[in-house]
Amino acid sequence: MSGSAQSVRLNLTSSVQYVLRIADTCLIHAQRLSEWCGHGPVLEEDIALTNMALDLIGQARALLTRAGQLEGQGLDEDQLAFLRDERQFFNLTLVEQPMRRSSAHSPGGDFADTTLRNFLLASWLKQVWQGLLSSSDAQLAAIAAKALKEVRYHQQHAGDWVVRLGDGSEESARRMSAALERAWPYSAEMFVADVVDGAAAEQGLGAARSSLRGAWLADVLAVLDKAGLKAPADTPFLSSGTQGVHSEHLGFILAEMQSLQRQHPGGHW
Amino acid sequence: MSDEKGNVTNEWPLWEVFVRPKAGLDHKHCGSLHAADAAMAVQMAREVYTRRQEGTSVWVVRSMDITASDPGEKDMYFDPMEDKVYRHPTFYELPEAVNHM
Repeated sequence: MSGSAQSVRLNLTSSVQYVLRIADTCLIHAQRLSEWCGHGPVLEEDIALTNMALDLIGQARALLTRAGQLEGQGLDEDQLAFLRDERQFFNLTLVEQPMRRSSAHSPGGDFADTTLRNFLLASWLKQVWQGLLSSSDAQLAAIAAKALKEVRYHQQHAGDWVVRLGDGSEESARRMSAALERAWPYSAEMFVADVVDGAAAEQGLGAARSSLRGAWLADVLAVLDKAGLKAPADTPFLSSGTQGVHSEHLGFILAEMQSLQRQHPGGHW
Repeated sequence: MSDEKGNVTNEWPLWEVFVRPKAGLDHKHCGSLHAADAAMAVQMAREVYTRRQEGTSVWVVRSMDITASDPGEKDMYFDPMEDKVYRHPTFYELPEAVNHM
């Protein structure tokens, strides 16, 4: 075994941060989805959730590799995933939130939260990837072409569940509605304009987040409407994961995700 | 959820899954799964049976809609064909041109 468990420090440019925002959102969302592995409500959905988590890990790996190349210190995907500290992760805060109630003592939602979050995110990532199709960075464009097929399926699969549960029994409708109330305030962060996005749009790297809301909302409202759900009112709350300032949950995820690489630096199997 | 006799059950109905490996080939039965309706069955078939690029097309049908021969009547149904070799087209002389038939 070789290497070092020392945390890596990034030379953060706006391009690197732009790519890491998408990479980390995919990675942390995958980590949360994978908590369902072996616990799905039915065997078939258990496999479906795991398949989607694996798609997202694949996307995160490709993006982390590219981010490492753009960053310039020669960091690889593993170093970026396992040796970065919390403040250098730039995922949406939404994906950190507990997704599955694993015990009476553990916070978190239920299957409605999972499937709703997956739908909101897939609808967002679809717009992000679409913007990256024409990226000035040929590698990002190639990653986007593959990822877009995957995320279109995630959106359909998760959207189907939103409709089934929202338009299902009284109990399932109540839970889906509660999940929507919980997730909605975090969706504001998906569309914040800032210098990182401005620079990315200017360089032709990818779309600015602020330009994605219209198309996202059209997709989301179409499904909510079929599900008999109403979009909650927007609130002033604005999460800040994409600035590197996270909720209390990310630290726990990273502790679990990174512990092996930290204890056995450079270990692979 | 209720079954064909109107009994309430907690199980989703069973579906048989047929996958076509590539264009031009037949759909082949590859297994079964539980799903609430046909649309979900197609999605779950994609998840469960085409994860390793096994397919380009999926069919599903409710298991209860399949009528099967009776296993107890296997002797009567299938054994009589055992000695009827003349039903195999192995006695024709083929012209050279169709050598690879």
